[in-house]
Amino acid sequence: MTTTTHSAKVTLPTDTQILITREFDAPKHLVWKAYTTPELVARWWSGERAKVTSAEIDLRVGGTWRYVATANGGFEVAFHGEYREVSAPDRLVNTEIFEGAPEGVGMVTTTFTEAGGRTTMTQLCEYGDRAVRDMVIDSGMEGGMQESLDQLEQVAVSLT
Amino acid sequence: MARAATTTDAFNAVAEPRRREILDLLAGGERSVTQLVESLGLSQPLVSKHLRVLREVGLVRVRDAGRQRLYRLDAGPLRSIATWLGPFERAMSERFDLMDDVIRELKAQEDENDDDDDALGEGHAPD
Repeated sequence: MTTTTHSAKVTLPTDTQILITREFDAPKHLVWKAYTTPELVARWWSGERAKVTSAEIDLRVGGTWRYVATANGGFEVAFHGEYREVSAPDRLVNTEIFEGAPEGVGMVTTTFTEAGGRTTMTQLCEYGDRAVRDMVIDSGMEGGMQESLDQLEQVAVSLT
Repeated sequence: MARAATTTDAFNAVAEPRRREILDLLAGGERSVTQLVESLGLSQPLVSKHLRVLREVGLVRVRDAGRQRLYRLDAGPLRSIATWLGPFERAMSERFDLMDDVIRELKAQEDENDDDDDALGEGHAPD
């Protein structure tokens, strides 16, 4: 597995937003391709602790997307949404709905900015109210699991 | 995670842009109200009001130094934001680290195609 020094940066610009920033060592058309091609999305979207079982993308304004992942233990999570703006390879705007709590609709604006052959991807996620935004951060289906495993790893390391 | 009123919750307190500016200034060292008023270009009552909120949530400490009162940052309650965001940020990092792997392969494929359009190259087949 690859290790990398470019960790994602997460900030909270307002009460109802999450801003995620990540730099990639590649031109933006390749980042866009990895971000919008179903079989490629299937390889990264769920992180390492879960497996993408389905990724559907109809990349046009008004088109829909749906990703499904199964975590260890068979717990399934699904997200879907609709594309509102598609400007390859610069900008994508889409809704995002967690099917476990479909009343909370997110609006995600993803931009890809290239400089010197590297691409900065920023994702601004906006929610109807603070409660939904906080739920997204709290949800940490992956995150919580990640944290447990990190802790387990620390324990394991401490034993060696 | 339920949130309390502005005046009792560091999360709410830093949502106000002016209060974040005050915290930024205090991150550079202790300041008096007068210094903050000058730096921010706000009225003293307004600065004092923001400082009061920041003190109530524990983000700002104050001490008397002769005739003036000096305010300083206490990042402790802010660390709880970092703690709260941590698992989410790690999940995102993990996701985009995997995306790095995909992009690296796309880049390698593109380079090979540039080198020799006829070559099949090493290629790869995603499982």
